[in-house]
Amino acid sequence: MSTPFYVSPEQWYQDKAEYARKGIARGRPIVALEYDTGIVLMAENRSATLRKISEIYDRIAFGGVGKLDEYENLRKAGVRYADMRGYSFSREDVAGKSLANEYSTVLGSVFTREMKPLEVEILVVEIKEQGSALYQIRYDGSMTDMTHWATIGGDSDRLGDVIRGGWKAGMSLRDAARLARKALAGSGNGGSLDDLDEKSLEIAILDRTRVGRTFRRVTGEEASALLRG
Amino acid sequence: MFKGQTYGGDSFYEFLRADHPGLLPDWTRLDWSQIQVLHGTTVLAIVCKEGALMAGDRLATEGHAVGTRDLEKVFRIDDSCMMAIAGAAGPAIEMVRMFQLELEHFEKLDGQPLTFEGKANRLSFLLRQNLPAAMQGLVVMPIFAGFDHDKGRGRIYKFDITGGRFREADYYATGSGGKDARGSLKKIVGHMELSREEAIHAAVEALMDAADEDRATGGIDVARGIFPTVKIATRTGVEDVADGELKSIFERIVAQRRAA
Repeated sequence: MSTPFYVSPEQWYQDKAEYARKGIARGRPIVALEYDTGIVLMAENRSATLRKISEIYDRIAFGGVGKLDEYENLRKAGVRYADMRGYSFSREDVAGKSLANEYSTVLGSVFTREMKPLEVEILVVEIKEQGSALYQIRYDGSMTDMTHWATIGGDSDRLGDVIRGGWKAGMSLRDAARLARKALAGSGNGGSLDDLDEKSLEIAILDRTRVGRTFRRVTGEEASALLRG
Repeated sequence: MFKGQTYGGDSFYEFLRADHPGLLPDWTRLDWSQIQVLHGTTVLAIVCKEGALMAGDRLATEGHAVGTRDLEKVFRIDDSCMMAIAGAAGPAIEMVRMFQLELEHFEKLDGQPLTFEGKANRLSFLLRQNLPAAMQGLVVMPIFAGFDHDKGRGRIYKFDITGGRFREADYYATGSGGKDARGSLKKIVGHMELSREEAIHAAVEALMDAADEDRATGGIDVARGIFPTVKIATRTGVEDVADGELKSIFERIVAQRRAA
């Protein structure tokens, strides 16, 4: 008779965490930071069609790094969740916090129950009347509430150091975008600063000066003017 | 992925039907012909040089009584299109809300907006869903119009209760005073040559004519300051025509008619 196979829960979780971290470390990072009238999100992304940053609702945006099919499914679930809440209550009742909680619940329960954890890190950002809310949700469901800026994905700690050194309250969109680009340029799998132009960067903003749906992608000439000008 | 989500497609309406059926209205269990509900009256659409214009009076009736004097019956749906409603106001306004969400939901999930044709088809679909309620007396008669970016011009679609979708080249009007408004428009409108101002003028005049002939269509109420809703969709977006502009056009028409 063979001996029953035993793995301690600590070992089991550690292995899963390591597995997830490896997958996420390969993903290109996303930075999000406040500027005077909103939040700018930026990621290196050479595809013009597969997105890392997307609109969820009027004042909420989503960022995902790691396995594309996994964060894409999470994004779609988030859009359905937000639209359903907005339909049954009112548009103003859709909040980033409850969405972040949903993501946290899903990621946490997959991490504890399933064989394979989700290899993703999720960012939910929201502009408020005053200031903003940035939630970072990790593969195991743990959630962090960030202030002023957030980074997710491989190399995100180093990116955070660059942003921390350069971020100022009330900075313009242009200054914020340049700081984000500078942070991304040095990342392990990113290129040099010159290599990161509007074609290789995915840029989006939540713009408080807009009414209704505040999410907007910044592309083409507008993006190059923002980054160089 | 989230609790209670099993549907995996791009339609908001079908998502609700699959996973949250309790949120969808069900009007099919009553015979509404015996019950008075709010009814919206005359709305119209005109193609003009810049795009498309939509207008509607503000009255809603409850049988022979005034239900509401300042109901909005023309709605901005997204950055390029509008929808105007006549018929049972409750289900119609609910349909507007669902249509707006359906298009926004698709755009967010799919990453790009539907084409003008695709949007019109979605509205057909929603009308077909309303058919059982329409059979019980809750008829919704919408017009869909806007700027078609692919074709580079304004376009209009009218619908029947089965969801049938029919293109109109120049103008259309529906509701209790729709026939009168069409009679007023047919002499002026055509060939998409109207300027913005001419189109607004034609719309206001048509609504005045409809109010003149049809007791359920609201006239321009200067005393209360209630003017028709007029919206224009152009290449750059959907804008409201201000009451001030409508008032001066109204006064010009009255002066012309007095002089005649």
